[in-house]
Amino acid sequence: MCSYVVEKAVLTGCAKAAGTWRPITDAVVAVDHPSHATLDHALIVDFVNAGRPMSERVALELSVASARDLIAAMQAALAAFDAGA
Amino acid sequence: MYQGLLAETVTITGDHDDEIGAYLARPLGPGPFPGVLVIHHAPGWDGGSKEIARRFAAEGYVAICPNLYHRFGPDLAPDDAAAAARANGWITTDQFLGDAAGAVRFLRGMPVSNGKVGTIGYCSGGRQSFLCACELPVDAAVDCYGAFVINTPPPELPYKMEPIIDRAPKISCPILGLFGVEDKNPAPEEVAKIDAELTRLGKEYEFHSFENAGHGFFAVDRPMYRVEAAVEGWKLILGFYGRTLR
Repeated sequence: MCSYVVEKAVLTGCAKAAGTWRPITDAVVAVDHPSHATLDHALIVDFVNAGRPMSERVALELSVASARDLIAAMQAALAAFDAGA
Repeated sequence: MYQGLLAETVTITGDHDDEIGAYLARPLGPGPFPGVLVIHHAPGWDGGSKEIARRFAAEGYVAICPNLYHRFGPDLAPDDAAAAARANGWITTDQFLGDAAGAVRFLRGMPVSNGKVGTIGYCSGGRQSFLCACELPVDAAVDCYGAFVINTPPPELPYKMEPIIDRAPKISCPILGLFGVEDKNPAPEEVAKIDAELTRLGKEYEFHSFENAGHGFFAVDRPMYRVEAAVEGWKLILGFYGRTLR
């Protein structure tokens, strides 16, 4: 289905696409039909700069299973950093 | 089957007299031809939606697919426009109906038109095709697995989509509904409730639910594609339009 599930996060950082680093201000996170990945549903993340055109976003379309793996890896990395900090 | 087709991008007058882009595909020849409004799904004005328009043209219909995300940026790639729609809360029901009404007017104004127009949509577009049957002067509507027609979306969804079944008394044309029994949204229980309400209201409609098919079984570029349901579904659509639009 078109789930219309959308969450947002305010970010501080930058992202690289087409050989160029750009500051990003927000992430728009959805679980819905992807545009490009050959999947029925995907975790879709658009890293955007609110002041720039949407064509400059950095986009991800990940299978739900691999998205969970990515989230686990990110949490593990942050946990390790916190433990060592 | 028409071998010669013309497909191009045109400008139509949509909601609030805004000019928006639309993909138009039609058979070559003097007509007269019926029209079909193809409503793109939430992922946007994409290649798959335009391919459906060309299929209808090959079958002898003038098909138009308006860019419902035009206002997010007329020159954006379809996937970027869909990203903008996600980020900005999609589009309103009123804006959709205004754009759809403009597309119907455009079709009827073409010299090759026979005066009749049907609508079709898939997924979110299926719900919007049902809306057209309720609110616009169309001659037939096809709803392919549109969700949230009668059910209320769960409260955790940020997009507050209202059920539209209360508009059903205004339905003024025959409806064809095509669904998959493995779909979770609309699940068979929701389809059965819509079915019962249309029967109660005395509306002209027919629903078909396919075994071994879930949501999106017409989508040729996704794993959800189901060849038996899709082939039979196309036969049902063309038979329905043949009876209602020709």
